[in-house]
Amino acid sequence: MRKLIGFAAALALAIPFAAEAADPNDAQIAHIAYTAGQIDVTAGEQALKKSKDKQVRAFAEEMVRDHQAVNKQALALVGKLKVTPEDNPTSQALSADAATKLKTYEGLSGKAFDKAYIDNEVAFHKTVNGALSSTLIPSAQNPELKALLETGLKVFTEHQTHAEQIAQALK
Amino acid sequence: MSRRAMIAWVRRALCPLMGAALVAAPTPALAAGKTYSVVMKAMQFGPMPKGLHVGDTIEWVNEDLFRHTATATDKSFNVDLNPNKRAKTVLRKAGKIHFICRFHPGMTGDLIVAR
Repeated sequence: MRKLIGFAAALALAIPFAAEAADPNDAQIAHIAYTAGQIDVTAGEQALKKSKDKQVRAFAEEMVRDHQAVNKQALALVGKLKVTPEDNPTSQALSADAATKLKTYEGLSGKAFDKAYIDNEVAFHKTVNGALSSTLIPSAQNPELKALLETGLKVFTEHQTHAEQIAQALK
Repeated sequence: MSRRAMIAWVRRALCPLMGAALVAAPTPALAAGKTYSVVMKAMQFGPMPKGLHVGDTIEWVNEDLFRHTATATDKSFNVDLNPNKRAKTVLRKAGKIHFICRFHPGMTGDLIVAR
Protein backbone atom coordinates (compact mmCIF):
# COMPACT_ATOMS: atom_id res chain seq x y z
CA MET A 1 0.00 0.00 0.00
CA ARG A 2 2.87 2.34 0.74
CA LYS A 3 3.91 1.89 -2.88
CA LEU A 4 0.45 2.90 -4.02
CA ILE A 5 0.49 6.00 -1.90
CA GLY A 6 3.95 6.70 -3.26
CA PHE A 7 2.56 6.52 -6.80
CA ALA A 8 -0.31 8.80 -5.83
CA ALA A 9 2.16 11.29 -4.44
CA ALA A 10 4.26 10.97 -7.56
CA LEU A 11 1.25 11.85 -9.64
CA ALA A 12 0.49 14.88 -7.56
CA LEU A 13 4.05 16.12 -7.53
CA ALA A 14 5.08 14.80 -10.93
CA ILE A 15 8.20 13.23 -9.50
CA PRO A 16 9.45 9.75 -10.32
CA PHE A 17 7.61 7.03 -8.52
CA ALA A 18 9.61 5.71 -5.58
CA ALA A 19 9.69 1.93 -5.64
CA GLU A 20 9.49 0.51 -2.15
CA ALA A 21 7.68 -1.88 0.14
CA ALA A 22 4.18 -3.30 -0.18
CA ASP A 23 3.08 -3.98 -3.74
CA PRO A 24 -0.41 -3.38 -5.06
CA ASN A 25 -2.41 -6.57 -5.51
CA ASP A 26 -3.93 -7.70 -8.80
CA ALA A 27 -7.37 -6.31 -7.98
CA GLN A 28 -5.82 -2.88 -7.33
CA ILE A 29 -3.56 -3.08 -10.37
CA ALA A 30 -6.55 -3.89 -12.58
CA HIS A 31 -8.41 -0.93 -11.11
CA ILE A 32 -5.51 1.47 -11.69
CA ALA A 33 -4.95 0.30 -15.27
CA TYR A 34 -8.64 0.50 -16.12
CA THR A 35 -9.00 3.92 -14.50
CA ALA A 36 -6.00 5.29 -16.38
CA GLY A 37 -7.44 4.02 -19.66
CA GLN A 38 -10.85 5.47 -18.94
CA ILE A 39 -9.33 8.84 -18.10
CA ASP A 40 -7.63 8.98 -21.44
CA VAL A 41 -10.80 7.97 -23.28
CA THR A 42 -12.67 10.83 -21.57
CA ALA A 43 -9.87 13.28 -22.37
CA GLY A 44 -9.97 12.15 -26.00
CA GLU A 45 -13.74 12.64 -26.14
CA GLN A 46 -13.33 16.15 -24.79
CA ALA A 47 -10.70 16.87 -27.46
CA LEU A 48 -13.05 15.58 -30.17
CA LYS A 49 -15.69 18.01 -28.96
CA LYS A 50 -13.37 20.98 -28.70
CA SER A 51 -10.51 20.70 -31.18
CA LYS A 52 -10.64 21.63 -34.84
CA ASP A 53 -7.05 20.64 -35.55
CA LYS A 54 -6.95 17.64 -37.88
CA GLN A 55 -3.83 16.16 -36.29
CA VAL A 56 -5.09 16.61 -32.75
CA ARG A 57 -8.47 15.11 -33.62
CA ALA A 58 -6.84 12.08 -35.29
CA PHE A 59 -4.73 11.58 -32.18
CA ALA A 60 -7.77 11.89 -29.91
CA GLU A 61 -9.62 9.31 -31.99
CA GLU A 62 -6.64 7.01 -31.70
CA MET A 63 -6.60 7.43 -27.89
CA VAL A 64 -10.32 6.68 -27.58
CA ARG A 65 -10.01 3.65 -29.85
CA ASP A 66 -6.81 2.13 -28.39
CA HIS A 67 -7.66 2.69 -24.73
CA GLN A 68 -11.15 1.31 -25.22
CA ALA A 69 -9.61 -1.76 -26.87
CA VAL A 70 -7.29 -2.36 -23.91
CA ASN A 71 -10.04 -1.75 -21.37
CA LYS A 72 -12.38 -4.13 -23.17
CA GLN A 73 -9.71 -6.82 -22.79
CA ALA A 74 -9.19 -5.84 -19.16
CA LEU A 75 -12.90 -6.20 -18.41
CA ALA A 76 -13.00 -9.58 -20.14
CA LEU A 77 -9.96 -10.69 -18.16
CA VAL A 78 -11.19 -9.64 -14.72
CA GLY A 79 -14.50 -11.36 -15.56
CA LYS A 80 -12.68 -14.53 -16.49
CA LEU A 81 -10.43 -14.42 -13.43
CA LYS A 82 -13.38 -13.48 -11.20
CA VAL A 83 -11.40 -10.55 -9.82
CA THR A 84 -13.30 -7.49 -8.65
CA PRO A 85 -11.16 -4.41 -9.33
CA GLU A 86 -10.43 -2.68 -6.03
CA ASP A 87 -10.43 1.08 -5.61
CA ASN A 88 -7.25 2.48 -4.07
CA PRO A 89 -5.39 5.76 -3.45
CA THR A 90 -3.61 5.67 -6.82
CA SER A 91 -6.85 5.31 -8.77
CA GLN A 92 -8.37 8.07 -6.67
CA ALA A 93 -5.42 10.39 -7.25
CA LEU A 94 -5.57 9.70 -10.99
CA SER A 95 -9.30 10.41 -11.13
CA ALA A 96 -9.07 13.58 -9.03
CA ASP A 97 -6.24 14.93 -11.17
CA ALA A 98 -8.11 14.09 -14.37
CA ALA A 99 -11.32 15.77 -13.15
CA THR A 100 -9.42 18.98 -12.42
CA LYS A 101 -7.76 18.95 -15.83
CA LEU A 102 -11.03 18.28 -17.68
CA LYS A 103 -12.55 21.26 -15.96
CA THR A 104 -9.58 23.51 -16.70
CA TYR A 105 -9.44 22.48 -20.36
CA GLU A 106 -13.17 23.02 -20.75
CA GLY A 107 -12.42 26.73 -20.41
CA LEU A 108 -9.82 26.70 -23.19
CA SER A 109 -10.35 26.80 -26.92
CA GLY A 110 -8.46 26.78 -30.21
CA LYS A 111 -4.71 26.46 -30.07
CA ALA A 112 -4.60 26.91 -26.29
CA PHE A 113 -6.80 23.86 -25.86
CA ASP A 114 -4.85 21.79 -28.40
CA LYS A 115 -1.57 22.58 -26.71
CA ALA A 116 -2.88 21.87 -23.21
CA TYR A 117 -4.46 18.58 -24.30
CA ILE A 118 -1.39 17.31 -26.15
CA ASP A 119 1.10 18.44 -23.47
CA ASN A 120 -1.00 16.66 -20.88
CA GLU A 121 -1.16 13.55 -23.04
CA VAL A 122 2.64 13.49 -23.10
CA ALA A 123 2.82 13.91 -19.32
CA PHE A 124 -0.01 11.50 -18.56
CA HIS A 125 1.41 8.71 -20.72
CA LYS A 126 4.85 9.29 -19.24
CA THR A 127 3.48 8.91 -15.72
CA VAL A 128 1.37 5.87 -16.52
CA ASN A 129 4.18 4.19 -18.46
CA GLY A 130 6.57 4.83 -15.60
CA ALA A 131 4.11 3.30 -13.15
CA LEU A 132 3.49 0.31 -15.42
CA SER A 133 7.16 -0.54 -15.81
CA SER A 134 8.33 0.25 -12.28
CA THR A 135 5.38 -1.00 -10.24
CA LEU A 136 2.31 -2.41 -11.90
CA ILE A 137 3.92 -4.97 -14.21
CA PRO A 138 6.50 -6.23 -11.67
CA SER A 139 3.80 -6.49 -8.99
CA ALA A 140 1.18 -8.29 -11.09
CA GLN A 141 0.83 -11.90 -10.00
CA ASN A 142 -1.50 -13.30 -12.61
CA PRO A 143 0.40 -14.00 -15.86
CA GLU A 144 -2.53 -12.95 -18.07
CA LEU A 145 -2.87 -9.66 -16.22
CA LYS A 146 0.87 -9.13 -16.50
CA ALA A 147 0.72 -9.85 -20.25
CA LEU A 148 -2.14 -7.40 -20.76
CA LEU A 149 -0.24 -4.71 -18.83
CA GLU A 150 2.79 -5.36 -21.02
CA THR A 151 0.64 -4.92 -24.12
CA GLY A 152 -0.67 -1.72 -22.56
CA LEU A 153 2.86 -0.46 -21.94
CA LYS A 154 3.78 -1.10 -25.58
CA VAL A 155 0.80 0.77 -26.98
CA PHE A 156 0.99 3.63 -24.45
CA THR A 157 4.68 4.09 -25.21
CA GLU A 158 3.68 4.58 -28.85
CA HIS A 159 1.05 7.07 -27.71
CA GLN A 160 3.66 8.99 -25.76
CA THR A 161 5.94 9.15 -28.81
CA HIS A 162 3.06 10.18 -31.03
CA ALA A 163 1.97 12.88 -28.55
CA GLU A 164 5.54 14.18 -28.35
CA GLN A 165 5.66 14.45 -32.15
CA ILE A 166 2.41 16.41 -32.22
CA ALA A 167 3.58 18.64 -29.34
CA GLN A 168 6.63 19.50 -31.45
CA ALA A 169 4.45 20.23 -34.47
CA LEU A 170 2.15 22.50 -32.45
CA LYS A 171 5.02 24.65 -31.23
CA MET B 1 -26.99 -16.05 -96.65
CA SER B 2 -29.10 -18.18 -94.32
CA ARG B 3 -28.64 -17.78 -90.62
CA ARG B 4 -27.09 -21.25 -90.39
CA ALA B 5 -24.70 -20.50 -93.23
CA MET B 6 -23.69 -17.27 -91.57
CA ILE B 7 -22.90 -19.01 -88.29
CA ALA B 8 -20.85 -21.61 -90.15
CA TRP B 9 -19.01 -18.84 -91.98
CA VAL B 10 -18.27 -17.00 -88.77
CA ARG B 11 -16.99 -20.22 -87.21
CA ARG B 12 -14.74 -20.94 -90.16
CA ALA B 13 -13.44 -17.43 -90.18
CA LEU B 14 -12.79 -17.23 -86.45
CA CYS B 15 -11.51 -20.70 -85.60
CA PRO B 16 -8.13 -20.36 -87.26
CA LEU B 17 -7.70 -16.97 -85.60
CA MET B 18 -8.50 -18.40 -82.22
CA GLY B 19 -6.16 -21.29 -82.84
CA ALA B 20 -3.42 -18.93 -83.84
CA ALA B 21 -4.02 -16.85 -80.78
CA LEU B 22 -3.72 -19.90 -78.58
CA VAL B 23 -0.54 -21.09 -80.22
CA ALA B 24 1.03 -17.67 -80.25
CA ALA B 25 0.00 -16.81 -76.70
CA PRO B 26 3.28 -15.95 -74.99
CA THR B 27 3.90 -16.72 -71.37
CA PRO B 28 2.08 -13.89 -69.63
CA ALA B 29 4.19 -10.76 -69.71
CA LEU B 30 3.16 -9.87 -66.16
CA ALA B 31 3.72 -13.23 -64.54
CA ALA B 32 1.32 -13.48 -61.64
CA GLY B 33 3.46 -12.57 -58.63
CA LYS B 34 3.55 -14.43 -55.38
CA THR B 35 1.60 -13.40 -52.33
CA TYR B 36 3.35 -12.89 -48.99
CA SER B 37 1.86 -12.09 -45.60
CA VAL B 38 2.96 -9.46 -43.14
CA VAL B 39 1.29 -9.77 -39.75
CA MET B 40 0.63 -6.86 -37.40
CA LYS B 41 0.71 -8.18 -33.87
CA ALA B 42 1.68 -6.96 -30.40
CA MET B 43 2.41 -3.47 -31.73
CA GLN B 44 4.88 -4.75 -34.31
CA PHE B 45 5.08 -5.74 -37.93
CA GLY B 46 6.02 -9.41 -38.07
CA PRO B 47 8.96 -10.87 -40.02
CA MET B 48 9.48 -9.25 -43.41
CA PRO B 49 9.18 -11.60 -46.39
CA LYS B 50 12.40 -12.14 -48.35
CA GLY B 51 12.89 -12.47 -52.11
CA LEU B 52 10.21 -9.94 -53.07
CA HIS B 53 9.79 -8.83 -56.67
CA VAL B 54 7.79 -6.16 -58.46
CA GLY B 55 4.35 -7.63 -59.14
CA ASP B 56 4.26 -9.60 -55.86
CA THR B 57 1.41 -9.02 -53.46
CA ILE B 58 1.65 -8.28 -49.76
CA GLU B 59 -1.28 -9.38 -47.70
CA TRP B 60 -1.39 -7.31 -44.53
CA VAL B 61 -3.03 -9.15 -41.64
CA ASN B 62 -3.97 -7.27 -38.48
CA GLU B 63 -3.96 -9.78 -35.61
CA ASP B 64 -3.54 -7.05 -33.00
CA LEU B 65 -6.03 -5.52 -30.58
CA PHE B 66 -5.51 -2.15 -32.25
CA ARG B 67 -6.19 -0.49 -35.58
CA HIS B 68 -2.98 -0.06 -37.54
CA THR B 69 -1.85 1.27 -40.88
CA ALA B 70 0.98 0.21 -43.17
CA THR B 71 1.87 3.47 -44.85
CA ALA B 72 4.79 3.61 -47.26
CA THR B 73 6.79 6.78 -46.77
CA ASP B 74 7.15 6.99 -50.57
CA LYS B 75 3.33 6.81 -50.76
CA SER B 76 3.42 3.64 -52.90
CA PHE B 77 0.90 1.96 -50.60
CA ASN B 78 -1.29 2.76 -47.63
CA VAL B 79 -3.52 0.26 -45.88
CA ASP B 80 -5.59 1.06 -42.81
CA LEU B 81 -6.79 -2.01 -40.95
CA ASN B 82 -9.06 -2.57 -38.01
CA PRO B 83 -8.30 -5.56 -35.75
CA ASN B 84 -8.93 -8.95 -37.39
CA LYS B 85 -8.96 -7.48 -40.90
CA ARG B 86 -6.68 -8.07 -43.85
CA ALA B 87 -5.95 -6.30 -47.13
CA LYS B 88 -3.67 -6.76 -50.12
CA THR B 89 -1.33 -4.37 -51.87
CA VAL B 90 0.70 -5.07 -55.02
CA LEU B 91 4.35 -4.04 -55.14
CA ARG B 92 4.74 -1.67 -58.08
CA LYS B 93 8.33 -0.57 -57.78
CA ALA B 94 11.71 -1.93 -56.92
CA GLY B 95 13.90 -0.76 -54.09
CA LYS B 96 13.77 -0.48 -50.34
CA ILE B 97 10.33 0.67 -49.25
CA HIS B 98 10.09 2.03 -45.73
CA PHE B 99 6.69 1.98 -44.08
CA ILE B 100 5.19 3.01 -40.76
CA CYS B 101 1.97 2.78 -38.81
CA ARG B 102 0.59 6.31 -38.82
CA PHE B 103 -0.94 5.81 -35.38
CA HIS B 104 2.01 4.15 -33.67
CA PRO B 105 5.25 5.76 -34.84
CA GLY B 106 7.47 3.04 -33.34
CA MET B 107 5.94 0.47 -35.69
CA THR B 108 8.06 0.48 -38.82
CA GLY B 109 9.39 -1.92 -41.43
CA ASP B 110 11.26 -2.13 -44.73
CA LEU B 111 10.39 -4.20 -47.77
CA ILE B 112 13.24 -4.98 -50.13
CA VAL B 113 11.81 -5.36 -53.61
CA ALA B 114 13.79 -6.60 -56.62
CA ARG B 115 12.82 -5.98 -60.27
